[in-house]
Amino acid sequence: MNAGTLSPPARVLITKVGLDGHDRGSRIVAAYLRDAGMEVVYTPPWQSIAAVVKLAMEEDIDVIGVSSLATDHLIVPDLMDALRAAGLGHVGVVVGGIIPEDERPALIHAGVSAIFGPGSSRDEIIGHVAALAAKVREIKDAELREIAQ
Amino acid sequence: MTKEAVQLSLPGFEQAHGRWRADYGRQIETDRVIRNRSRIEIKPLYTPRDWSGDAFLADLGFPGQYPFTRGIYPTMHRGRTWTQRQLIGLGTPADYNKRVRLILDAGATAISLLPCNSGFRGVDCDEVDPVLLGTCGTVVNTTEHMDQALAGVPLDKISTAMNDPSPFTLLAFTLAVAKKRGIPWTSITGTSNQSDYLSHFIANHMFYRLSLPGSRRVLLDHIEFCRNRVPGWNPVSVVGQHMQQAGATPVETMAFTISTALQYAQDCIDRGMDIDFVLRRFTFFFDISISFFEEVAKFRAGRRIWARLARERLGAKDSASWRFKFHGQTSGVDLTEQQPLNNIARVAVQAMAGIMSGLQSLHTDAYDEAITTPTEETARIAVATQNILREEAHLCDVIDPLGGSYYVETLTDQMEREMVALIGKIDEAGGMYKAAEAGLVQSMIGESALAFQEKVENGEEKVVGVNCYQSDNAEHRGRPTERPNLERMKEHVARFKAYKEQRSQADVRRALDALARAANSARENVYERIVEAAEAGVTHGEIVHCLRRELGFGHPLIIV
Repeated sequence: MNAGTLSPPARVLITKVGLDGHDRGSRIVAAYLRDAGMEVVYTPPWQSIAAVVKLAMEEDIDVIGVSSLATDHLIVPDLMDALRAAGLGHVGVVVGGIIPEDERPALIHAGVSAIFGPGSSRDEIIGHVAALAAKVREIKDAELREIAQ
Repeated sequence: MTKEAVQLSLPGFEQAHGRWRADYGRQIETDRVIRNRSRIEIKPLYTPRDWSGDAFLADLGFPGQYPFTRGIYPTMHRGRTWTQRQLIGLGTPADYNKRVRLILDAGATAISLLPCNSGFRGVDCDEVDPVLLGTCGTVVNTTEHMDQALAGVPLDKISTAMNDPSPFTLLAFTLAVAKKRGIPWTSITGTSNQSDYLSHFIANHMFYRLSLPGSRRVLLDHIEFCRNRVPGWNPVSVVGQHMQQAGATPVETMAFTISTALQYAQDCIDRGMDIDFVLRRFTFFFDISISFFEEVAKFRAGRRIWARLARERLGAKDSASWRFKFHGQTSGVDLTEQQPLNNIARVAVQAMAGIMSGLQSLHTDAYDEAITTPTEETARIAVATQNILREEAHLCDVIDPLGGSYYVETLTDQMEREMVALIGKIDEAGGMYKAAEAGLVQSMIGESALAFQEKVENGEEKVVGVNCYQSDNAEHRGRPTERPNLERMKEHVARFKAYKEQRSQADVRRALDALARAANSARENVYERIVEAAEAGVTHGEIVHCLRRELGFGHPLIIV
């Protein structure tokens, strides 16, 4: 991307991994981000970690939003490992839903950028995802420049 | 009849009403427009001009009498209070058994069984990451597991509600256990709580396992089998809860639920079943939100609409078929993670709305519902809430205590009109099956969910601790989350694998072949073969995989 041009919209993947199917929250957040001008890829629940990594690669995703209403956040660290193993360590990951306080540090430690619990505001979510996507874009652009040189 | 046309023969009414209007207008110069969750405008005062009681006999009548607006039984809670039914499901079958025995020892006569999310997805415990097992329900994959889960439980003396979506493997395991124990199936009572595949296709996607036509077929076979062989069992529970949890307004929820029930009833009629034989065992399951009066009006209107449709449209002759029996669960969506103890107050208000609506059975959420599966202590408080409402608050002294309130009757009528209009819309779309297949209902629910969230965002709908009266949440946190013992769960999975090795492979193959054949033959009852498969040692996952192959995999229609 040349300096001075408008950057294209952030590309976000909203998904659910594991076994739970409660998707009211993920659908609302997807609509919020879409209405905020981002390009949102939305999947049905029950994605495997491999499927999410594949989609993130194919769709050139900047930020992955994982919604967890049951206990599926327990396998998010595995998702982070899989992303890194696929060379997608720069992709931002946020988690939304019901994440018990004592289980949050493990997610942050694994590289999750933010956790949005119940009651998080729309603006808070949009603001964070936009900033995170911009940061990811910078990394991607730097990589591209490096390849070009 | 327009309001203006109502002539009240109350001397002095007009003058007094006019005086109040003027006083009110002086003190609140610009009154804000208040709408309930169903978007019906709520006035500051209701009088005989809104509801005069002229149509008392036609619209209300007496409890236990058509159209049952005031309750489906003559005595209602004065005779017998609601059934106290808490959802239970955790860990291994042994963990579940320990919890259920505790509840039975405390005097409960009704239990429930919630399977693990892996079961909902239609797979066995050896097909998923063990860290996800048993966190939200019990891992029951075989008749043997069910035998362990129900050890010491007198199957012929308790009623069991099973969260058991199509193809109803949990009931099959239970029937197999009953046979082993020499208990006749005719003495088994309870409900297939999650038989409403349309609600799963539309709103609760995690329970959706088979394709739409496949689900339709299996449900009808299940109804026919149960009505003939397990007559005390309720094979159909039409679930409004999922749709309201997914964002449908109370009016939409009731309308869609009744449209769904009409669809199932019509499918049974088309199959040649006797409508009274079937409807007698129809039950309903709803969410109770904190919008108190709206919920009361929702249930009263629903009872009336169902009675009229069952009699007039479906042609049911037995008054038992017109009765709208429902289980209510306090709404988890209204609960907050912030200041979680506040949820005890919310649950009490929701439960009161359900009780004053004349429900038949009630689950009260534990206050930590918005955070995790309940612990023994939080589950105890949820039950105590019901006990307090029943024993201390005198809520059961009078039948339909809000009946005759100008407000509640007006709202009941208004909501009924809107529900009937929506049911008409679904009729126009060709019934609920087609409306769901086309995504019509999903779009409406999605829009309502977004509209409600918008109101929370802009503060129009207040949520204490979330968009008002916020406080530092830290003080309420810190309790470690209880998770199933991973080692024990891994042992459970290992034993399951060993079990699969040791059983008669010939029996399993025969049962699965018979099941696949039945799925492809309209003359056979698939559910009968499922029960036989359970008896032959076939697992939950094997049954679901077989039916998914023969009848199609269930992909819910999700609309963002």
